Amino acid sequence: MIHNKRQGIIESKELAKSMRKDILLMTHRAKGGHPGGCLSATDIMAVLYKCFMRIDPQKPLWSGRDYFFLSKGHAVPAQYAVLMEMGFLDKEEIKDFREIEGRLPAYPSCESTPGIDMASGSLGQGLSIANGTALAAKLNNSEQRAYVMLGDGELHEGQVWEAMMTAAHYKLDNVCAIVDYNKLQLDGTVEEVKTLGDLTAKWSSFGWKTIEIDGHDFEQIYNSFAEAMQFKRGPTVIIAHTIKGKGVSFMEDEVGWHCASPTDEQLEIAMKELS
Amino acid sequence: MKIAPREAYGQALVELGQENKDVVVLDADVAKASMTVMFKEAFPDRFFNLGIAESDIVGTGAGFAVAGKIPFVNAYANFLLGNGWDQIRISVCYANKNVKIIGHNIGASSGKDGPTHLPLEDIALTRAFPGMTVIEAADGIEVKKAVRALAKHVGPAYMRVGRLPIPVITKEEDEFEIGKANIIRKGKDVTIIACGVMVSKALEAAECLAERGIEAEIINMHTIKPLDTLTILNSVAKTGAVVTAEEHTVIGGLGGAVAEFLACTKPVPMRIVGSPDRFGVCGTYEEIHEVLGLTVANITETSISLVLLK
Repeated sequence: MIHNKRQGIIESKELAKSMRKDILLMTHRAKGGHPGGCLSATDIMAVLYKCFMRIDPQKPLWSGRDYFFLSKGHAVPAQYAVLMEMGFLDKEEIKDFREIEGRLPAYPSCESTPGIDMASGSLGQGLSIANGTALAAKLNNSEQRAYVMLGDGELHEGQVWEAMMTAAHYKLDNVCAIVDYNKLQLDGTVEEVKTLGDLTAKWSSFGWKTIEIDGHDFEQIYNSFAEAMQFKRGPTVIIAHTIKGKGVSFMEDEVGWHCASPTDEQLEIAMKELS
Repeated sequence: MKIAPREAYGQALVELGQENKDVVVLDADVAKASMTVMFKEAFPDRFFNLGIAESDIVGTGAGFAVAGKIPFVNAYANFLLGNGWDQIRISVCYANKNVKIIGHNIGASSGKDGPTHLPLEDIALTRAFPGMTVIEAADGIEVKKAVRALAKHVGPAYMRVGRLPIPVITKEEDEFEIGKANIIRKGKDVTIIACGVMVSKALEAAECLAERGIEAEIINMHTIKPLDTLTILNSVAKTGAVVTAEEHTVIGGLGGAVAEFLACTKPVPMRIVGSPDRFGVCGTYEEIHEVLGLTVANITETSISLVLLK
């Protein structure tokens, strides 16, 4: 964890660049996965892991760790990438994504992968999990924090709104949710499929502190996590406006890249763009 | 003597809470019915009411387990499994978390509340999850032992707990081990395997059968999963016939578990006493049991006809 903001942001940017390459290599080799929603989440995860998460790659189950739950589990290549870059996983494991052997299944598995604390793959469940860990931390008088990343389409799931009420009721200032608001889901734009309306007003009316940011502006990402840590009256949500497929020109804002894998030629172009 | 399983459950949680500081109790606005209110009064800081939100309560329980706590997650069985099924599947069972799912008001024990409130499918639903332990104690004494055993057991578990008083038929000194059935009456002519309130009815049926010269062996199968197949095999080797009895649909419950096992290893004549493939009705506990055939008479007659087939 880097405490110096300027240095932290410099290193987070480098981390994000490496993560994007890893994500493309994983989804290309596996001929499957969800690169669009990985790339929209990358910059946020890079800053969170580099600058805020108290974790130990040598002891993934260290009892004092902060928690990160990827509720939008289909973006797990992004989490594998950050865990590789942070030393929880080996870069050689890129070849294992979605394979029968190895530790990198298509969706998160806490039984398979060091650094992952909960399974996901059925949307809507992560915020409840984060609340449970946060309540436990409070019981233990521990400073541990629970972060959870949700997709925007995922907010259609009713459980999320149940859990929003729970976090607000128990004033869980150690819970920080992030909405990866890339505006696209499998069947089209979120607006077309089922509008979220005024998302900030909705979270706010549920008793959450809301922070709206550009989810690719490292300064804003850093500041939002720092602000969430300082806020002591309840849970905080960071509504991060992002671009699906961010960083790869032909993937950006294209709904088709929700679930697809790059061809050999596309991989070559993408890797050049990221270099 | 009769004890309501939920009363015993509430007392057991309080005892457990005194011994083990890691135990936390979650409820979905039914604490006065599930009797977790007793734990709430004893340990308010370790009790969490999540409101009427069964999906959320399962997930929150799983979060507690991630952090090393031992959560007991409580709601009415039908709503907990109905609304929380996907959460139990992914966040508890697939994630292999140490969460105790406690389904209340099981079987016909909500009586006149009627079909929506009578869970007759919960064993089938939970038994299908990989890695899930499924328990139904035979009486209040055994409920207490089961709670204690569940706290020691590491891994996902489901226990069904009834609302109304049922006969006490086990003794304080009886052993209770998860996955180890108790033979509570020896016999040579037919094996009757039961769980929950039906164990007491099976014992009564055994008395009726004895009058007809049929000696029934009664097995209290408090753990439906993992099934104690060795005890079943040994008994069946002797009796050559099996009747199961449960306060649950005949589809996929205790009878289903026993049938799956015996059909593939040692087929013997078998009958399943349970609710037929239908919903319950509004009525008293006894009236509903009559309608569904969950009676001493049905176990007795079923056993006689089976023995005649041998």
